[in-house]
Amino acid sequence: MSEDVERSIFALVDSSLETQVSVEPSRLVPLVHLRRTLGAPPVLMALALLAIIALIAIFAPLLATGNPIAIDPSARLQHASSAHWLGTDAFGRDMYTRIIYGSRISLLVGLGASLTSVVLGLLMGTIAGYFRLLDSLIMRIMDGVMAIPGILLAIALVTLSGASLLTVVVAITIPEIPRVVRLVRSVILGVRNEPYVEAAIALGTPLPALLLRHMVPNTVAPLIVQGTFVFASAMLTEAGMGFLGVGLPPEIPSWGNIMAEGRTYFQLMPGLILYAGVFLALTVLSINVLGDALRDALDPTLSRKL
Amino acid sequence: MSFAVLQVEDLSVSLTGSPALRKVVDGVSFEVRMGETVCLVGESGSGKSVTALSVMGLLSRTGLATSEGRVLVDNENVLEASERRVRELRATRMAMVFQEPMTALNPVQSVGRQIDEVLRVHSKLNGVERRERVLAMLDSVHLANVTKLYDTYPHELSGGQRQRIVISMALILEPRLLIADEPTTALDVTTQNQILLLIRELQEKQNTAVLLITHDFGVVAEVAKRIVVMRNGRVVEIGERAEILTRPRESYTRLLVSSVPSLIPKQRARVSGETILDVRGLAKTYVERRLFGGGRIVTAAEDVNLTVRRGEIVGIVGESGSGKSTVARCIVRLIDPTAGVVSIRGEDIARVARRPLRRLRQHFQIVFQDPYRSLNPRRTVGDSIVEGLINFGMARSEAMVRGSELLRTVGLDSDVMGRYPHQFSGGQRQRICIARALALEPDLLIADEAVSALDVSVQAQVLKLLEDIRAVTGVGVLFITHDLRVAAQICDTIVVMQNGCIVESGVAATVLTAPQHDYTRLLIDAAPGRNWDFQNFKPIESTASIAAR
Repeated sequence: MSEDVERSIFALVDSSLETQVSVEPSRLVPLVHLRRTLGAPPVLMALALLAIIALIAIFAPLLATGNPIAIDPSARLQHASSAHWLGTDAFGRDMYTRIIYGSRISLLVGLGASLTSVVLGLLMGTIAGYFRLLDSLIMRIMDGVMAIPGILLAIALVTLSGASLLTVVVAITIPEIPRVVRLVRSVILGVRNEPYVEAAIALGTPLPALLLRHMVPNTVAPLIVQGTFVFASAMLTEAGMGFLGVGLPPEIPSWGNIMAEGRTYFQLMPGLILYAGVFLALTVLSINVLGDALRDALDPTLSRKL
Repeated sequence: MSFAVLQVEDLSVSLTGSPALRKVVDGVSFEVRMGETVCLVGESGSGKSVTALSVMGLLSRTGLATSEGRVLVDNENVLEASERRVRELRATRMAMVFQEPMTALNPVQSVGRQIDEVLRVHSKLNGVERRERVLAMLDSVHLANVTKLYDTYPHELSGGQRQRIVISMALILEPRLLIADEPTTALDVTTQNQILLLIRELQEKQNTAVLLITHDFGVVAEVAKRIVVMRNGRVVEIGERAEILTRPRESYTRLLVSSVPSLIPKQRARVSGETILDVRGLAKTYVERRLFGGGRIVTAAEDVNLTVRRGEIVGIVGESGSGKSTVARCIVRLIDPTAGVVSIRGEDIARVARRPLRRLRQHFQIVFQDPYRSLNPRRTVGDSIVEGLINFGMARSEAMVRGSELLRTVGLDSDVMGRYPHQFSGGQRQRICIARALALEPDLLIADEAVSALDVSVQAQVLKLLEDIRAVTGVGVLFITHDLRVAAQICDTIVVMQNGCIVESGVAATVLTAPQHDYTRLLIDAAPGRNWDFQNFKPIESTASIAAR
């Protein structure tokens, strides 16, 4: 930790003692705390790893050595060589190329699921938290969704609507929504009786502005954290569904599908499962480390201990 | 001279790990003798609580550490004693009573067991003897029905009862030193008086040395033998009570004492402006729903009638639960009243529909108690102040100009518009809240305990600001407070509430000097420091002399 960061932290502690700042979530403390938490070596490593994987996904066509779905029966189940850096699978497809392209699918599923669940959850959670009449209706529906195991619900949805990238993302997103709704609702319920919200009502602030200016900003920090966890769990669910053979269509090279197809020849060539598995594990681990760090940085109860 | 039970010598406390070693307490020395009450007085951040915690050896949990000095309890240095020895000392030699009795007690254990625990750990008595001892102690703090009380849980008791439990826990081993950190601040004024009397009674019985920490000079005037005035971690002045209250040497002490509101009503001209708020028969009831059986009806306010004239300051005074805040919130329609009429500008605010209500809101504004929560921490001061103006259609640039004028009106620099609330002190934030409320040029300003969370010197400034604003703008103010002394300083008319009903109302001077209702008399008698005229540094000879003024 650099010296000036340290100094500014103590300056903050000093000033908070002087003015007797209570539990109020001030702007500066999380920001400085953010720099400190995100500067820790494991977090930096996670950030670097994620950046690398994102770059791989973006520049997949440039990095790949061939076509991920081109079949070459003459080169089936080959070990790593200069022609096929990570070997080939049972159809003679280049593993390295498939894994590179697979990162696109995995990240896309994670990003899609986390963004959609956060946006929908924010909308429904805000409505449930503010309009007391709709609260029990929305929350009972959410309880219903939560009562069904996520992967089971996703499998049912994919079976009903047919497997495609869109339906898989939708199927993974829906089970994630209730948790986001609950989170947002609890935040909105917590701030709706804050004096500054009541003061805004007394000032004649129209309802949409009241929600957007005074209530929704409080949900941003917890939503960022929740979003990262949805990201990671969506990627895992997609891989799990692929592995069970109920996920994306087999021609799409996702990490889950690659591992599913490798299962048969696992004894012969462990690499078929291992390489994709390592990529998946590292990505999920990095996202989780980052999510934990963000939670620590944005959680006001932790910054108070500072 | 009697024996000094507590001697604090040149005590300094600083932040652990701080490179600059900022001192929170700096070179504090004082002593407390047997059977004597010493009051440690100071505004928030003066280091008075930290001093108390270091005496108790409780600092290590706070990120602070004593860096210099000695704390002698019965000639034994607490700062050098082992953790084990300090624990022993804490129960047998010194004990502490905290501000909030609810959080000081364990919610999942009966109060009897909690007091019993002290004896279990620190004495060799058997179960029967311990129980007898606990019951005797509960009896001596004047709690009724002690055998039944033994098995109750903290949430079943009132605030005053809880504080009595905490006091019996502290005093059951007859410690030689009792430290009470704002023991009555969370309590109603009538309860406060009883607790102070109780502490004094037990002190005389056990000859305990008492170190009482408080921000309230009224309390000090009631109980102190000697006074230690602290500011920014240093001792400003130490002296006998009469000395400090009548002839303070230091200018800070003088400022502090003269800021204390006294019960003497100021002489005021009668306000005869038009009526801007007329409340008739206002009532608010809540129905407690239960799973089985009918609901229980809770009456928060009933048949409340009051008027506010232009330029008048009307005070609603009452203890917690009297319904005064309910009335305020009904008037600004933050909650819907059950019955009654609230007329402002000929419109019945209690009945008007949502949409037209929003238009009408510019005529009445409210300022809340807690300055730390009344401003959105994510928005700049400027954005907060101009919010109302923009809601009512003013262009942003024009609103910003108006906003900086308002800031000057409330005594702040107009260049602070771009700063965030956390950069301001409590008093400054309350000024910002007042500026925000005034932006819409309301006819009526409701101040709901608006100065209760502020230090006395800041409180005095904000009260003066409200008076000035009233004089300049002619705004009518409904001033809600639990503190009769503050009401005496600022109100033209006083309305006294108890259990949701108005028991007495009238011109401030009349209500305070010739109260008609028993409850009003009770409130006046319980007001701490009612016998002191703090502004003029002298005691009031008798209550008759108030009437003579």
